[in-house]
Amino acid sequence: MKAVEIKNLTVKYPDVKALDNISFEVNEGDFLGIIGPNGAGKSTLFASMLGLHNDYEGTIKFFGKDIKESKKYLKQIGYVPQKPIFEKNFPVTVKDVVRMGLQNKSDADRIDEILQQLWIHELGDRRIGELSGGQQQRVFIAKALVHKPKLMILDEPVTGIDQQSIELFYSILRELNSKQNITIIWSSHDLDAVNQLANHVACLNRTLFFHGESEDFFSNDDLVKQYSEASMQEHMHHH
Amino acid sequence: MSFELLTYGFMHRALISGIAIAILCSVVGLFLVLRRYSLFGDAIAHASFGGVAVGLLAGVYPLWTAYIVSILSALVITKIKDRFNISGDASVAVLLSSGIAVGLVIIGLSGGFTLDIFSFLFGSILLVSVDDTILVLFLTVGILTVIALLFRQLIYSTFNEEQAKVSGIPVEKMNYLIVFMAGITVVTSIQLVGVLLISALFVIPNVSAIMYGKGFKKTALISVSFSIFSVVAGIFISYFFDITPAGTIVLLSIGLLAGTMGIKAAGLLSKN
Repeated sequence: MKAVEIKNLTVKYPDVKALDNISFEVNEGDFLGIIGPNGAGKSTLFASMLGLHNDYEGTIKFFGKDIKESKKYLKQIGYVPQKPIFEKNFPVTVKDVVRMGLQNKSDADRIDEILQQLWIHELGDRRIGELSGGQQQRVFIAKALVHKPKLMILDEPVTGIDQQSIELFYSILRELNSKQNITIIWSSHDLDAVNQLANHVACLNRTLFFHGESEDFFSNDDLVKQYSEASMQEHMHHH
Repeated sequence: MSFELLTYGFMHRALISGIAIAILCSVVGLFLVLRRYSLFGDAIAHASFGGVAVGLLAGVYPLWTAYIVSILSALVITKIKDRFNISGDASVAVLLSSGIAVGLVIIGLSGGFTLDIFSFLFGSILLVSVDDTILVLFLTVGILTVIALLFRQLIYSTFNEEQAKVSGIPVEKMNYLIVFMAGITVVTSIQLVGVLLISALFVIPNVSAIMYGKGFKKTALISVSFSIFSVVAGIFISYFFDITPAGTIVLLSIGLLAGTMGIKAAGLLSKN
């Protein structure tokens, strides 16, 4: 079954076309890496897929159903934003935050289970604002996973995080995909990581320049050169 | 001075409605403070002043018109804020000044200030009637039940709107619900501390409680305890020393805030 089907997706802002006639599909169990420079439309694409931006042309289907018909598909998705914005003194513990992701109160045991799985069980009663960037990110992954989603969407989730946390994060992603068969859609500017983790690659820059197997992308030197430069620039831009 | 005081009916009513209002204000207020909407309670209170004036002019029980005017204006200002992209603090200023302006004009029309107006401005907890006490209890139980039932939706949409939306939570409805509950809470509480000091009950116990570095439920519990203490002690102290209850209650909660700051500055609040 197809996890995601996007057909002729176009998003126009008053002065610019953010996405121009994009079509691609993601199979269940795929690990798709989306790459592209700043302003390529990655965030717009995700916002449209997640129902945050409804003013688009074309169709977006999750698990065979048009997302404009029902918001129920969101229950099967776990979303990890680039940098979650919240008030630093917000009085919530790690457990409180993870509990927000829980749709059914009776699954409370899941919270401890998921905290163990992400190596943050010792932080359960700490306030979210006291943690390091890498720890916070794991909390938000835990929140996105606690309701056992079939698909995860991650928006460049390693921006501003230390190397050790990044590596741990990548190993978590790999395990989610290979052992728990969770479909992953992940935007990144780290081409090496995409090469190691993803089995499909999409190159976005307002339109879709490439979409296919990861091997086909990385064996095409021209494409790799073009995108590694673009992503390098973006990387510099972020730091 | 003796415990005889506790046998008076007016004191029972003052304590019961005071404690109910203390709980209600700190719980609803916590959501407002966390949304950086601290002065919203103040703005609704000023709008309710307009509502009270309308009631006095029309010869209707002023609390009813205050409820209608406050809730409507709170919902309308929220709609306007979203529709025209006005910032939170500016929308509070608009609501606040229009409420006072309407009140002043109408009071002028009806022949000047009366005793009733003063009790709405400064509160009169010791004069709360049996009917008012029942209404306060009814509304407190109602609002706390709604918050308990929709707790995850309310806290999640307060924590991060975008992520709450992605989790399928109707964030906009939750925003209106909080504003609606704040409107009811403010008008219900006016009898205790009056229009002018209402936001103290919404904000001060919560600002203190947040400093203790706990999770949401413990923070709410600390805030409610501080609030109940200020109200109960405030009622007794004001009675014994014959001073205004509203001012005493607010000063006591400021005392607790100062104490919390002192403990924190001395490094006695552990991070965990």
